Amino acid sequence: MGMGKKLSQIDRRIIFLVIGLAVALPLLFPIGLQIRVSEPAQRMYKAIDQLPPGSKVLISFDYDPTTMPELYPMNIALVRHCFAKDLKVIGMALWPTGVPLGEEAFEIAAKDYGKSYGQDYVNLGYKAGDIVLISNLGKSIPQQFPIDFRGTPLEELPIMKGVRSLKNIDLVIDLSAGFPGIVEWTMIAGGRHHVKVGGGCTAVSAPSYYPYLQSKQIVGLLGGMKGAAEYETLMNARGAAAGGMDAQSIAHLVIILFIFIGNLFMFLGNKGKA
Amino acid sequence: MRREIPLFITAITGVVFIIAYFIPHPPFNQIQDLFQTWFQIIAAFAIILGVLNLMVVNGDKVYRRSKGWGYSVIIILSFLVMAGIGTFKLGSKASPLEEGTPFMYLFYNVYYPLTSTVFALLAFFVASASFRAFRARNKEAALLLTAAFFVMLGRVPIGDYLTSWIPLKWLHLSTIANWIMAYPNMAAQRAIMIGIALGIISTSLRLILGIERSYLGGD
Repeated sequence: MGMGKKLSQIDRRIIFLVIGLAVALPLLFPIGLQIRVSEPAQRMYKAIDQLPPGSKVLISFDYDPTTMPELYPMNIALVRHCFAKDLKVIGMALWPTGVPLGEEAFEIAAKDYGKSYGQDYVNLGYKAGDIVLISNLGKSIPQQFPIDFRGTPLEELPIMKGVRSLKNIDLVIDLSAGFPGIVEWTMIAGGRHHVKVGGGCTAVSAPSYYPYLQSKQIVGLLGGMKGAAEYETLMNARGAAAGGMDAQSIAHLVIILFIFIGNLFMFLGNKGKA
Repeated sequence: MRREIPLFITAITGVVFIIAYFIPHPPFNQIQDLFQTWFQIIAAFAIILGVLNLMVVNGDKVYRRSKGWGYSVIIILSFLVMAGIGTFKLGSKASPLEEGTPFMYLFYNVYYPLTSTVFALLAFFVASASFRAFRARNKEAALLLTAAFFVMLGRVPIGDYLTSWIPLKWLHLSTIANWIMAYPNMAAQRAIMIGIALGIISTSLRLILGIERSYLGGD
């Protein structure tokens, strides 16, 4: 058996070990690679930064623990930016699993900026209905969410004063791990109710949102952990995402090497046969 | 009648939504609002169907002692525990989603690590597949691999680190990756989206006109 064939039949556990080490070692011993900010992230930052204090931002937590490494750091960074700019943040979720994750991000950021629940931010919770729910929010938010996730009636929350529908929202940010997500918010909140929409998504789904970005249907986009790391860089606050970029860099490099080695042996094998 | 009534409901709903989009005035917008409220109620009640299905499929497996019936017991128990604690707000005052409640304890200590672990395993399978399956067997595959090389390295900081010494910025990996994302990728995505949209329009028309009936089941 030639060396090429031997290597192509390598025990997959060795590959698992290599990729495991490629992820774990940079997390344990950070390299601190510089992060260059891309245009979509800059646009997202600018969209929030330009809002006057007191503006209402609606963040929809449409993700779950499986996509947390990518979406949770950007959730925290975005909420921090909103709080730093004295914006009022209304949270909600089209995914039931997003509610506690969004709440956790709220609590962390609120502690840092001394913000209080009901006054500066609120979590409306989850409601079924997907795209139809977004459409109905365009008509009435209190009708769709008569109480917040803690059971407090909306009229008792100062932050909700004057917020009747999506028309009273200055910016919608969707943290999207799939369906329902950015596309649905863009179509209904952006297209039908003319609210500015921006978002963050998993790296794997980011390419599919570029047409919306180019046509300015979305104001900005954070793609995956890189997008979150870029936002942390813009905020001058290195967090979990920036730390994770070292591991992701090495993991990508290792996968590229695997692809190269695999193809090299295929090429050498074909040459031998010829 | 079993076929005619669903066909009639589909046709009416479809026509109303199309008209309401172009004429958002009474009575069309009112009927649309009503249909949307019904949709939300049906969507909420669909969970009952899901729960029943879960119970019947897994209950049957346990009853028959089919292969892997132990997993079904775990599914049923997990469901009953989570749903019970959440529905009856056990150990919580206002909402089971508040910090420190038994529901959130289970969410953070069982659901959270389990789902994250399963998803994290993907990294290992991608690495294994990259070694065994990602081969430049033809021109198209070679093109795909080349794009993957630039995007995978250009979208992480190490790409810039490796090419930052090049004086020409357009040769930096991140610049190339951003160009691939913003132009060839976007053009392809837009073509796919337009294709899907045309497909949706044609399928919707077939449904409204009653030509497409496969969703009714049967032959």
